[in-house]
Amino acid sequence: MTTLTIAKALTNGLRAAMEKDPKVVLMGEDIGKLGGVFRVTEGLQKDFGEDRVIDTPLAEAGIVGTAIGLALRGYRPVVEIQFDGFVYPAFDHIVSQVAKMRARSLGKVSLPMVIRIPVGGGIGAVEHHSESNEAYFAHTAGLRVVSVASPQDAYWGIQAAIATDDPVIFYEPKRRYWDKGEVDLDTPTAGLYDAVVAREGTDCTVAAYGPMVKTCLQAAQAAADEGRSLEVVDLRSLAPLDLDTLCASVTKTGRLVVVHEASVTGGLGAEIAAAVTQRCFYSLEAPVLRVGGYDVPYPPSRVEEEFLPDLDRVLDGVDRAMAF
Amino acid sequence: MTQPTTTPPGGDPTTADLTAPTPAVGDGGPDMVQLLTPEGERVETPNGAPYAPYVDALTDDELRGFYRDLVLIRRVDAEATALQRQGELGIWASLLGQEAAQVGSGRALKPQDYAFPTYREHGVAWCRGVDPLNLLGMFRGVNNGGWDPNEKNFHLYTIIIGAQTLHATGYAMGIQRDGAVGTGDPDRDAAVIAYFGDGASSQGDVSESFGFSAVYNAPVVFFCQNNQWAISEPNEKQTRIPLYQRARGFGFPGVRVDGNDVLAVYAVTKHALEEARSGQGPFLVEAYTYRMGAHTTSDDPTKYRVSAEVEVWKLRDPIARLKAWLAHEGKADAAFFDQVEAEGDELAAHVRQGTLAMPDPEGASMFEHVYVEPHPHVAAQREEFVRYQASFEGAH
Repeated sequence: MTTLTIAKALTNGLRAAMEKDPKVVLMGEDIGKLGGVFRVTEGLQKDFGEDRVIDTPLAEAGIVGTAIGLALRGYRPVVEIQFDGFVYPAFDHIVSQVAKMRARSLGKVSLPMVIRIPVGGGIGAVEHHSESNEAYFAHTAGLRVVSVASPQDAYWGIQAAIATDDPVIFYEPKRRYWDKGEVDLDTPTAGLYDAVVAREGTDCTVAAYGPMVKTCLQAAQAAADEGRSLEVVDLRSLAPLDLDTLCASVTKTGRLVVVHEASVTGGLGAEIAAAVTQRCFYSLEAPVLRVGGYDVPYPPSRVEEEFLPDLDRVLDGVDRAMAF
Repeated sequence: MTQPTTTPPGGDPTTADLTAPTPAVGDGGPDMVQLLTPEGERVETPNGAPYAPYVDALTDDELRGFYRDLVLIRRVDAEATALQRQGELGIWASLLGQEAAQVGSGRALKPQDYAFPTYREHGVAWCRGVDPLNLLGMFRGVNNGGWDPNEKNFHLYTIIIGAQTLHATGYAMGIQRDGAVGTGDPDRDAAVIAYFGDGASSQGDVSESFGFSAVYNAPVVFFCQNNQWAISEPNEKQTRIPLYQRARGFGFPGVRVDGNDVLAVYAVTKHALEEARSGQGPFLVEAYTYRMGAHTTSDDPTKYRVSAEVEVWKLRDPIARLKAWLAHEGKADAAFFDQVEAEGDELAAHVRQGTLAMPDPEGASMFEHVYVEPHPHVAAQREEFVRYQASFEGAH
C-alpha cells in the first residue's frame, strides 16, 4: 500500500500502462513539458518521448479524430481533454465515429481508446470549466463511461480503461485531484464496470459517482452522528450501470437518493430512478429521489457552492426519502 | 472567363486580389495539370512536364487497365442507379463523371497505402479490390459499412462530411510511429490518402487535419474531388480561393489536376504519394472534375444548375478521351473495347444478382458488435427482443 493523490495515482497508472504496452500513446494539449493543466502527465514525455506523449495543436476535434486514426492503425491512444466544457468540439467524433466504428465494421475493427475528461465544478473556475456532461456519452451506445472517485480506482481504473478494447470516456473529478488515499499497487478493488458499496448502512441508499462520492460519505458520517444509517454506493461505471449492485443495496434499505452535480433533468439520476423503480418497485418505501445541479447553465463561481449538491442537500434528500 | 487569383509576378497579392470575388474558373485555370486533352491528345505543358514521366513509364497493358477500370466502375454505378430506381437500394451516390479522379488516384496507391473514402469513392474501392456488392450493402440498408477495412486497406465509407480526413491523419501518424516512412524500402514505406469533396473543404475537420498533418509532417495525401457542387451549393459558396491554394497556408504543397484526365490524376497522385512515403509530409491534390448526376438519387440537380453546364462537362468525359487516345496511339483495338463492354455487362449482372440475393440481416444482429466486452444491458435487451419476436411464431 502507498499513499497517493488522485492526480498522482493517474500519473502512475498511465506510466504503468505505457511501460506494459508500447502501443499506448498519450495525446492532448499541453500534456508534454507542462504535464497537462492538472499535471497528470507530468514527466511522462521526458521518459517516453514526444512520439508517445504527443503535444497536439489546439483543436479537440482534431485530437479525437486523429486518435481514431491511430487506433485504427493498432495504437491505443489516451486522449486528454483539458476541461469538461471543451469536449464539445470533439463531440461529433466521439458519438458518431468512436462509438459506432465497431458496429459499422461488423466487429472487424475496434477502437481501443480512452478519452480522459477532468469533470465537475468546485474549483472556482470561469465558465466551461466545471460542467458535468456524462449523460451525453452514457446515452450513446458503443461508448463506455466511467468515473473514478478515489486514488485506488484512479490508479487501477485508468489501466483497465486502456486495456479494454472498447472506447472509454474516463471522467476524473477535478476538485478531488489533490485528495490523498491509500493505493494497493498489487490488487484492484473491483472491475472497471462494477459499482461498490463505499459505506454500509440500513436506512437509505445514497448512490453517487466521481466528485460526489466524497460528499455523500461525509453526509453518511454526519447522518450516523445523528443516528441514521446511510449506505453509500459508488457507481464507478455510468455506462453500463451496475444495476445488480445498486439494486441489492436498494432492496436492503428500501430507499434511494441519487446524487450528481449535473443538472437533474435528463441526467443520469433520471435513468437510475427509472431502472431501479422497474427492478425494485416492491422493495421501495419511497420514490427514488434525485439531488443534483439545477437546470441552469453552470453558474459563476461565486455562487457555485449553491449550485453544487453539498452535505446538507444530500441529507435533505435523505430526509425527504425517509418522510414517505 | 476570369483566371484564378494568383500572386502577381514580383509582388505579394494586393488587398484587392485577396478580397476579390471567387473567380469563376470553368476550365480549371492555367495552373491545372493536364496531360490528355478532352479531345484525347497528349499535351506537353510546363505544368505537366514534371509528371509526364510517370505516364511514360506505364505499359500499354496498364493503360488499357485504366480504361477497363473507368468503364467497369461506370457500369457498376449505372447498375446501382437503376437498382435504386427499382426500389432495390434505399439511395445511391453516383460517381458519374468522377471516374478518372478515382481510378487515377486509386491506381497510384500501393498495397501498403491506406485509403480513407467519403461515400462516393466506388472507383477507389474498385481499384483496392473491394467487391462492389460490399458498397451496395450499405445503400441497400443491410449494414452500415460491413467490410473489413484492413483486408484491402480501404476504410469504411464516412458520411459525416470531412471526418475521415482526421482519421486519415491519425492513421498516417501511426505509420510514422511504425517507422514505415522514409526508409527507402519501396515495400515498406507507406502513405495514406484521404478523399473529400469541395463542400467538405468548408468543414473544420478538414482544416484541422491540414494543421495536424502539417505540424507532424504526416504521410497523408489529401485528395479533394472538386466536383463543383456540394448538393446544391456551388464552389463560390465554399471558398474564395482555388482549393489547392489552401495547402500553402498550412505549409505543404497543393496541386490542381484535371480530374477528368486519368493520366494526369494518376501521375500527380503518384508523385504526391511518393513525397509522403519518403517523409516529405502532406500533399493536397485538387482534382478538378464534375458530378454529372445528382448528389444522390434523392436530389434534383435541375433545381439549381443549368443544363448548359452539364453539356460542357460532357465534352470533357474521362472515358471518351482515353478511348480516343488509346485508339489513336494503337494501344487498343475494337476487340479490346468490345471485350471491356462485355465484361461490364457481366459485372452489372453480378451486381444485380448479388443485390437481389442479399439477405436482410436478422433483427437480433443489431445487438452484435456494439461492444467488444460483454455488456449486460445490450445482452438483456437482445434477450428481450428475441423473446418478443418469438411470441409471434405460429400467430396468424
